[in-house]
Amino acid sequence: MAIIDLANPTRFLRLTDRLLPWLVGATVVAMVVGLYLALYVSPEDYQQGATVKIMYIHVPFAWLAMFAYTVMALASLGTLVWKHPLSDVSAKAAAPIGAAFTFLCLVTGSLWGKPMWGTWWVWDARLTSVLVLFIMYLGIIALWRTIEDPIRAGKAVAVLTLVGYLNIPIIKFSVDWWNTLHQPASVIRMDGPSMPPSMLVALLVMALAFTLLFMTLHFMAMRSEILRRRIRAMRQREAAGASGIATAATAQADTAPRDGTGTLNGKTAEARS
Amino acid sequence: MLPDLGNHPGFIIASYFVSLIVIGGLIGWIRYDYGRQKSVLAELEARGLRRRSAAAKSDTTGSKA
Amino acid sequence: MSTLGSLFVREMRLSIRVGGGAWMGVLFFLCVIVVVPFGIGPDLNLLSRIGPAILWIGALLASLLGLDRLFQADRDDGSLDLLLMGETPLELVVLVKCLAHWAASGLPLVISAPVLSLFLNMEPIATAALTATLLAGTPALTLIGGIGAALTVSLRRGGLLLAILVLPLTIPVLIFGVSAANAALDYSMPFATPFAILLALTLISAVVGPFAAAAALRFSSD
Repeated sequence: MAIIDLANPTRFLRLTDRLLPWLVGATVVAMVVGLYLALYVSPEDYQQGATVKIMYIHVPFAWLAMFAYTVMALASLGTLVWKHPLSDVSAKAAAPIGAAFTFLCLVTGSLWGKPMWGTWWVWDARLTSVLVLFIMYLGIIALWRTIEDPIRAGKAVAVLTLVGYLNIPIIKFSVDWWNTLHQPASVIRMDGPSMPPSMLVALLVMALAFTLLFMTLHFMAMRSEILRRRIRAMRQREAAGASGIATAATAQADTAPRDGTGTLNGKTAEARS
Repeated sequence: MLPDLGNHPGFIIASYFVSLIVIGGLIGWIRYDYGRQKSVLAELEARGLRRRSAAAKSDTTGSKA
Repeated sequence: MSTLGSLFVREMRLSIRVGGGAWMGVLFFLCVIVVVPFGIGPDLNLLSRIGPAILWIGALLASLLGLDRLFQADRDDGSLDLLLMGETPLELVVLVKCLAHWAASGLPLVISAPVLSLFLNMEPIATAALTATLLAGTPALTLIGGIGAALTVSLRRGGLLLAILVLPLTIPVLIFGVSAANAALDYSMPFATPFAILLALTLISAVVGPFAAAAALRFSSD
């Protein structure tokens, strides 16, 4: 099955239906192993004590917040440049998940900062740029919901997402470029990781678990979005058919109850959604 | 049973707990949304609506296209 | 009474449905708070001292932004004419619309204020006092803002003019709101004194606002 087949929504739905149980299973396994390593096996930090265990969720959340935005940016390129049919579905599905991870990154960071630094929040470069990322996510979600037509919305959001991508390298390098309270990079560095292996393994397993979780949720949300667009198209066709002049063909077809009650049901179904 | 949580156990517990709540909520919302779309789709199809591709495949003149 | 009840429910449903309109006020509130340290500097002591004022100004600006949605949508689809011609007194209609607008747009601001006060390093007592003043004062902002919204409803791009008209009228609310929030911290006066005046301002605006807005709506329809 070639990658190009993924461009077809129906094939995509069939593929994800087969793939999702495996993804869920892998996520659960990785999460259980990761949590065990993080909470029970990994050592205490000589400075921070056991509080360092917050790192095993805070850092993966931060990585995934940036990863989700990168997925959205690549999808935006797909929409604008290659006009891939599923790109804007992917972008729309990723936004709330990325926003949730960014929110959790900020909250767990704040809960980690209070005992370690003595304050819930400080306006240093990294925290501020992650907060800006969160606001961008919310703005993107707001834009998705404000524009009615999903195709037009996808194009507008794609432009906004790509413009905002500048924030991602700022987040990554903020601890190097500015004098910050937040600690500098200790995993993805030019000289390699500076973390002891016992902690690094737990961190990487948790990161893998959350990445699998993201992929699972992303595919699930994409499925819902594809169905939502189908429903919208079907309703539009129904409305166009019901308001149009009744042709001989439609009169012949077994749609007698539908012609009379179709519009009414269409309105109530709309109101219900 | 619980691991040693050091001097600030409340913050560690709060972090993991909030994460559990938010991620659980996210999973629940996505699954609920999918279920709702499927049921609306099933209801529309039960009323006789078909997609454009389904109509194109059929041979009858009474197609909805 | 059930007429007004159903009007209230309709307003709530519409404002929640219109693609996140209610939540955009909160998002704007957040943006204002984020922008302030970029301008003033990240000194946490300074921020905690001016925190109540910053939050009040942010809430005021966020309220002003959402006000042109109060009557504009109804005017565009004709429901405003129906409300004008109906049997229910227009003043009560305006009061209910303002309350629904506050519940959908102003109340989220109040709820998000404690979270945002964390960003400004405010003390818990200051946060509690500030939230109480916002709860008491934001309805006044909506009710007074309704006057401006009614005056500018017939204008195409009335949004900015609305803000200019409403801002001077809301300054007393701002003064007493910030004064009460600060009084809880520096004990210069009992918290109850400015807080009581704030509540009085809200009650006065609950009467003056609907009457003035109803009169303005009648003028605009002639």
